[in-house]
Amino acid sequence: MDEEWANLLEDRYDFLAPRNSRDCVAFDCPTDYLLELCKSLRDKEGCDLLMDVTAVDWGENATPRFSTLYHFFSLARKTYLRIACDCQDDLQPSMPSVSKLYPAADWHEREVFDMFGIHFIGHPNLKRILMWDDYPHFPLRKDFPLAGIETEFPAADVAEDTGVSVQAAPMMGGPFVAPAEGHVSKSEPRGKDQSWTEECDKPR
Amino acid sequence: MTGKSIAYDSKIEGEIVVTRRDAVVNWIRRHSVWPMPMGLACCAIELMSAAGPRFDVSRFGMEVMRFSPRQADCMIVAGTVTYKMAEVVRRIYDQMGDPKWVVAMGACASTGGMYRSYAVLQGVDRILPVDVYVSGCPPRPEALLDAMISLQDKIGHESATDPVDAQKSLEPV
Repeated sequence: MDEEWANLLEDRYDFLAPRNSRDCVAFDCPTDYLLELCKSLRDKEGCDLLMDVTAVDWGENATPRFSTLYHFFSLARKTYLRIACDCQDDLQPSMPSVSKLYPAADWHEREVFDMFGIHFIGHPNLKRILMWDDYPHFPLRKDFPLAGIETEFPAADVAEDTGVSVQAAPMMGGPFVAPAEGHVSKSEPRGKDQSWTEECDKPR
Repeated sequence: MTGKSIAYDSKIEGEIVVTRRDAVVNWIRRHSVWPMPMGLACCAIELMSAAGPRFDVSRFGMEVMRFSPRQADCMIVAGTVTYKMAEVVRRIYDQMGDPKWVVAMGACASTGGMYRSYAVLQGVDRILPVDVYVSGCPPRPEALLDAMISLQDKIGHESATDPVDAQKSLEPV
């Protein structure tokens, strides 16, 4: 970790709070200062690249429930910087968009919106990027089961022809892993627990 | 050719061969299956390999990969079908001219494979009538060749003269 840089940043931006980190320099930033900080990081601190924007759901009952995370990279220092920002509202989480400062944030913020339902205020084209537009849920929230929730199929006419819907797919037979040993022809991925299927329930 | 009376004599009868209609139509169909490569994931790499010179699917009359559904006979669904893509797969299938067949290549296309999640269609047979399933993750090109030869056998046993049922049953046969 670049201690010198961490101290420098802490001195210059008094609103930053140090954050536990095992790898790179990390700070918590209040939401109101995020845009100001990002502009300074880009123009004064040499954070040329915004590598990643992601989010964390701390749990249904946690407050603040959602945090967004930004990873910057400085080409001059050859090091990363992590900024975490808590969303104020737990029910309608939102965050200012940094896509005007870092165009790379555009698709990342769309993905975070798609998966967590965090609205990025000021984003030029905030719509789903992975799931289809009408999908009603946010799959990476803690209250969303991995198997999914039954919903309507994206295309109504295809659903009518085939009777198909978006079904929950419980992890029966799984997890699916490839055994590391043995001949390659015998080591294709297969289910570890084959004791339950769609027809017979999981043994208790 | 045992009895002289039914022997074929080209001097008398000209260039005519007598056969059954099913036999000749199916003979044509099964040796000119033009695939529509619906490559959605890593299975598509094996599909390309099957089309290449080492495995050479053209030995069976299938080398003409058609990227236009209008010119294709057999859709090879190679890869993970997400719900978002399922609509597209179905529409492309609808645009293929009859008669048409579907091969589900690999675990994902057949059953959803290891992706038991909110985003993945659990088997393309939920939206398309699949003729041949290929196991493997991904299947070797030989497995695909075997599937295509099985498909040829299947075409050979179909009735070529029945009106084509555009909506083949989605129930497994």
